[in-house]
Amino acid sequence: MPKRTDISSILIIGAGPIVIGQACEFDYSGTQACKALREEGYRIILVNSNPATIMTDPDLADATYIEPITPELVAKIIEKERPDALLPTMGGQTALNCALDLEQMGVLEKYGVEMIGARADVIEKAEDREKFRAAMDVIGLENPRAAIASSPAIHDENGRIVGYDRNAGYLEAMRAIDEIGLPAIIRPAFTLGGTGGGVAYNREEYETIVRSGIDASPVGQVLIDESLLGWKEYEMEVVRDKADNCIIICSIENVDPMGVHTGDSITVAPALTLTDKEYQIMRDASIAVLREIGVETGGSNVQFAVNPDNGRLVVIEMNPRVSRSSALASKATGFPIAKIAAKLAVGYTLDELENDITGGATPASFEPTIDYVVTKIPRFAFEKFPGSEATLTTAMKSVGEVMAIGRTFNESLQKALRGLETGLNGLDETDIPGLDQGDDRNALRAAVSTPTPTRLLNVAQAMRLGMSVEEIYQASGINTWFLEQIEAILEMEAKVRKLGLPKDAVNLRKLKAMGFSDARLASLADLDATDVAKLRKELDVHPVYKRIDTCAAEFASPTAYMYSTYEAPFMGKPACEANPSDRKKVVILGGGPNRIGQGIEFDYCCCHAAFALEDAGYETIMVNCNPETVSTDYDTSDRLYFEPLTPEDVLEIMLKEQENGTLHGVIVQFGGQTPLKLAQALVKAGVPILGTSPDMIDLAEDRDRFQKLLIKLDLKQPENGIAYSVEQGRLIAGQLGLPLVVRPSYVLGGRAMQIIRDEEALNSYLLGTLPELVPAEVRAKYPNDKTGQINTVLGTNPLLFDRYLDGAIEVDVDALCDGKDVFVCGIMEHIEEAGIHSGDSACSLPPFSLGEDMLEELKRQTKALALALEVGGLMNVQYAIKNGEIFVLEVNPRASRTVPFVAKTIGVPVAKIASRIMAGESLASFGLSEKKLDHIAVKEAVFPFARFPGVDTILGPEMRSTGEVMGLDTAFGKAFAKSQIGSGTGVPDKGTVFVSMRDEDKAGVIDAVRSLEAGGFTIIATGGTQKFLEEKGIAVKKINKVLEGRPHIVDAIKNGEVQLVFNTTEGAQAISDSRSMRRAALLNKVPYYTTLAGSVAAAKGIAAHKAGSLEVRPLQSYFG
Amino acid sequence: MTTADAWSETPATALLVLSDGSVIEGQGLGATGQAVGEICFNTAMTGYQEILTDPSYSGQIITFTFPHIGNVGTNDEDIETVNMAADSGIRGVVLAAAITDPANYRAAKHLDAWLKSRNLIGISGIDTRALTALIRENGVPNGVIAHSPDGNFDIDALKTAAKNWPGLVGMDLAKDASTSQSHQWHQTTWKWDEGFGEAQGGKFKVVAIDYGIKRNILRLLTDAGCDVTVLPATATAEDVLAHAPDGVFLSNGPGDPAATGDYAVPMIRKIVDAGVPTFGICLGHQMLALALGGKTLKMHQGHHGANHPVFDHTTGKVEITSMNHGFAVDADSLPDNVQQTHVSLFDGSNCGLAMKDKPVFSVQYHPEASPGPRDSHYLFKRFTDLMESAKSAA
Repeated sequence: MPKRTDISSILIIGAGPIVIGQACEFDYSGTQACKALREEGYRIILVNSNPATIMTDPDLADATYIEPITPELVAKIIEKERPDALLPTMGGQTALNCALDLEQMGVLEKYGVEMIGARADVIEKAEDREKFRAAMDVIGLENPRAAIASSPAIHDENGRIVGYDRNAGYLEAMRAIDEIGLPAIIRPAFTLGGTGGGVAYNREEYETIVRSGIDASPVGQVLIDESLLGWKEYEMEVVRDKADNCIIICSIENVDPMGVHTGDSITVAPALTLTDKEYQIMRDASIAVLREIGVETGGSNVQFAVNPDNGRLVVIEMNPRVSRSSALASKATGFPIAKIAAKLAVGYTLDELENDITGGATPASFEPTIDYVVTKIPRFAFEKFPGSEATLTTAMKSVGEVMAIGRTFNESLQKALRGLETGLNGLDETDIPGLDQGDDRNALRAAVSTPTPTRLLNVAQAMRLGMSVEEIYQASGINTWFLEQIEAILEMEAKVRKLGLPKDAVNLRKLKAMGFSDARLASLADLDATDVAKLRKELDVHPVYKRIDTCAAEFASPTAYMYSTYEAPFMGKPACEANPSDRKKVVILGGGPNRIGQGIEFDYCCCHAAFALEDAGYETIMVNCNPETVSTDYDTSDRLYFEPLTPEDVLEIMLKEQENGTLHGVIVQFGGQTPLKLAQALVKAGVPILGTSPDMIDLAEDRDRFQKLLIKLDLKQPENGIAYSVEQGRLIAGQLGLPLVVRPSYVLGGRAMQIIRDEEALNSYLLGTLPELVPAEVRAKYPNDKTGQINTVLGTNPLLFDRYLDGAIEVDVDALCDGKDVFVCGIMEHIEEAGIHSGDSACSLPPFSLGEDMLEELKRQTKALALALEVGGLMNVQYAIKNGEIFVLEVNPRASRTVPFVAKTIGVPVAKIASRIMAGESLASFGLSEKKLDHIAVKEAVFPFARFPGVDTILGPEMRSTGEVMGLDTAFGKAFAKSQIGSGTGVPDKGTVFVSMRDEDKAGVIDAVRSLEAGGFTIIATGGTQKFLEEKGIAVKKINKVLEGRPHIVDAIKNGEVQLVFNTTEGAQAISDSRSMRRAALLNKVPYYTTLAGSVAAAKGIAAHKAGSLEVRPLQSYFG
Repeated sequence: MTTADAWSETPATALLVLSDGSVIEGQGLGATGQAVGEICFNTAMTGYQEILTDPSYSGQIITFTFPHIGNVGTNDEDIETVNMAADSGIRGVVLAAAITDPANYRAAKHLDAWLKSRNLIGISGIDTRALTALIRENGVPNGVIAHSPDGNFDIDALKTAAKNWPGLVGMDLAKDASTSQSHQWHQTTWKWDEGFGEAQGGKFKVVAIDYGIKRNILRLLTDAGCDVTVLPATATAEDVLAHAPDGVFLSNGPGDPAATGDYAVPMIRKIVDAGVPTFGICLGHQMLALALGGKTLKMHQGHHGANHPVFDHTTGKVEITSMNHGFAVDADSLPDNVQQTHVSLFDGSNCGLAMKDKPVFSVQYHPEASPGPRDSHYLFKRFTDLMESAKSAA
């Protein structure tokens, strides 16, 4: 049965901005789907608001809409493009929900659009808890004891659903608890990553979580489950075609037992603790689930819990679409689930499709079998959200993940730990809180029983302190099999500590085969990592590379998708399958696990480097360890090493690749800070670095050297100082005066960057924030000297103080340079003023308020900087403009977060050109010229605050956004409105706006408020602002601040009486006073702006939105 | 935690010596001593105990491609050997990683101890992927597996033993694996929380010829409503027909079908001629093909795993199957009255046949699974359907 010919155009919906629970994996799946369906000759229409994706590259679809993913706007796209079919399974929950809305609105029927991959009724059956349970009953599969509490829908006179009676839903949930019992797990329906859910151990917690769950669910529905805490948790990735052929791509076992969201769990593939009888029951069950739910084609994942004591198996849930787990399963096995699912959706059957990885030697209708173990460890960002509790629950909180491959679990676990880039070299020692306080046993038990981001380290530490495998199993529920492997690692550690390193190849190889890094061995043997590397070299102990081939070597694989391992010699020497080619090659180092500040934008750049250099005739070699990304797709580059980005792992790859052909060089400036940190080691090893020299990168980061350069170029920077100790910090703060911006050098995403407005804040920074940054080994060295610890860190990584330029305009500039010429790609004016991290600030390209002269001057300064730094490739400069004066805040001679946004806005493949410049081509050869844009693009950041209860949402110099959207239109107001809709903030068109501005912002907000008043909004304000605005002739009602008595503004927000909030504050007290207001606005989904510029822009956006409905236009049409 | 006083150079306590004289060193497991056989690989990730007790592996040393083997220990329920009195057919086991302690509620015994009790020799610390690639490139080698805890080996003698072993071609191993006496079978398949069941007085009288039959085949026949009598491999057609069976089942088993066919083929021919509904699996399939006039051949590397896709021409569907065979039926050799019903999607080799004019069919793979996917259980129903039609026609 070949592909369908009755459809010719297909609409694919993307996942929108990167948020917790929905990250780059949907760029990976969407990109695969676009490519797979395009090569079949279908016309592809794509919508995604996220400009940092590969899928929104204009050459991946026939019509690319970078527009907000709302049913209203997607309906307009459908009206315009008239696609024959809609594929909703590639864009996560966002796409599924949007598709369901379109179906309910009758849009699909009206325009004759067929849902392929998953029909609406299938999605509902899978996602609606009640229907799902009923379906499981039909096929005789057990569910946990459970109840569903639904809020009845409220209909308007036309029968359209206008809301849900959430209180009724809540009451129903309260009635259910007696049957279910505590602890109970609460999960909201139709949400991604389980937002608003959790485990309740007592009635009070139950009430709280049920409320937040009903609020978080778009239909006011929660599922209340019998707690299966401590049960083993599994996932099965299933693919089905229309002929009812079903295959399991991969089984995944969670190391963390039930109770922790699978996205937050450490997981392994394949399942390791099931007998075949149990595995086959699970396999049959997962296929039965797909059949009963009705997933006709494509990939789904089914989650199970298994009681470790008796094997009882229950179904937890299923996702009728590709998911984070399917991305993981694809990378873990080499089977491209999204690509195959896309082809199945247009009518192919599995046996008609090839298995690419074996070069087509085998069909796609088989089950991958692997001969290695894959470990995934999530990466968290709790430190960015002070006040949030770093415990893991059924609501996902991780922001990224690392995957590692080893021949054994031990090896893959230790590779994953060092790949995380959280400073670990393996199962590093850790401090267990509460020890030496009289009850060590309980302290240990608490440390292993509470799921936290570092629980596994606690487990190892507890074992070192004498806790047995059985005790840890009882406390944590982590299967003894995993615990015993950890114990085996620790036994080896103890041996190395006692005996030092072995002096023979056999024993050293055994250690390395367990996954020990050189750095970890060095710290155990009290050596330097280079000593270990030297010993390995002497004994000729090097890793070999094995291929990921879906078939455990049963068939030869021409695909160079590889991982390292240490093997015993086989007939002479260890068997390596790398077979480096004789070509001229370029290695691209990726960005590792996603984190706040380093995410998809950098992966975009790495992929573009691979595409561009392949075009230029180089063999491209990617190194990365992030399973969510496009860069770790085996067909993005010629060769892929799925490896941790540490000096040791990367240098071994260089050695291997240098065995044949010519290593033209390595690209380190595209993957964010991760590869940059490796530059020195590469230089030392004599590996050529392409583009800007590491020395110049260092110059830009080194405060002293950079200052000298600015003086030479006659450029200004804010007054500043540098402190190598706590005492010096105080001294400099005194000299410069407050307010100040302070940050440690060498950070990305503004980690620990703060604005210090008073003495108290300075103290709390020096003695409260800094100690958190002290690495464990330093802490261990000076156990009782906090200041000593901090000063040790500052000695090599000093504190940078900058005068804070209050109210300045911040500007980001991206430029290309080949050392001779400079091309300024884009000047972006931030909406929020300087002081808000550039990654968190909305920005506009081109600028909306700067004059020609200013722009010319910015270009001149940028060019001067690029030439002085001898930039080869990309450079990003951040400027602050105050009173017409330009200050250089920061220069990064590397790809920045804004590169994809700029590339899409100006229609120039900036990252590709940069790669070719780095490889030696001249900028002039690309014939770039500045073009005046007829359109304007606004980038807006997206924040995960809703997932971190109690955290203040006010923006600051520390980056906290997870992703971004782009609003593209012909005028600023419309583009801004689109950016707000796309980011989920929304643009209200009527109602009440609450205004409360600090004194210096009051005058600036007048026009904005007037415009809202003219648009029919009611204005309310607190005393001072109300008085001020009344004086300007605006009708304003006064409302109480929280401290002024009730009813106050928070009550009004909670009652749904406020549709928009403008609120700027200054000073610790005012910020703290207004915090509950921001939190209430967040939870009630009321758009709120905490800066003057943001408020002004919002008013413009609302005016533009009201003036005429927003129109949609494909990206391609902007560059006719 | 205990640590030794020094990094000792632990000697190799086990060797794998190939017939070409290559020696691969590793650490010994299970029983000590030496054994010779054909070295094959199996790519299944679960079900090692079922594999290690499948009599079809007689004469073979099994290399597991999955590195961690032994995680779930062993138990008495996952044994597939029917004739426990016979020698362990398999000759040895090759692993990548050392065996870990078991972690499963069904585990009763550590795999290492179990191997010892079954007198099976194992070796770990081998790059099984490299060995698999070698088999893929050069075909299945013969070899000797040897385990000596003190690390002393007479390597020359091992090389000679490996070289002198004649190989599986022409070898009849079914006789040894088979039961020597007829017996009745009543056990049904395993269910979670219930274990195995019992069933008496099934609707269809089936004679199963045991060439090294797996328990799960008998259980599935029983599940399907068969009243099963197991007869030895050497049973004659007269022995079989004396039971007046509604159907005859030809089992899986080890060795060269051509060799076993010497005595089995004449029997099968008579059964087919008598018009008795017949179903064969694996060796049974191969010998049925021989009886019908086809040929069998030795495969380059064989099929051993639990992920093999098979296309069913009669339904147009793909099933994922468990496979274990080193010989195959040459599809081109099948006479006109026989159709090829199933084919491997990996290499196009024959995986099933049916007679056009008689209620006779067979498959190369293992529909009984155990281990492996249970997609093909429907074939047991196909068998009872044939018997049902034959009965109602009579």
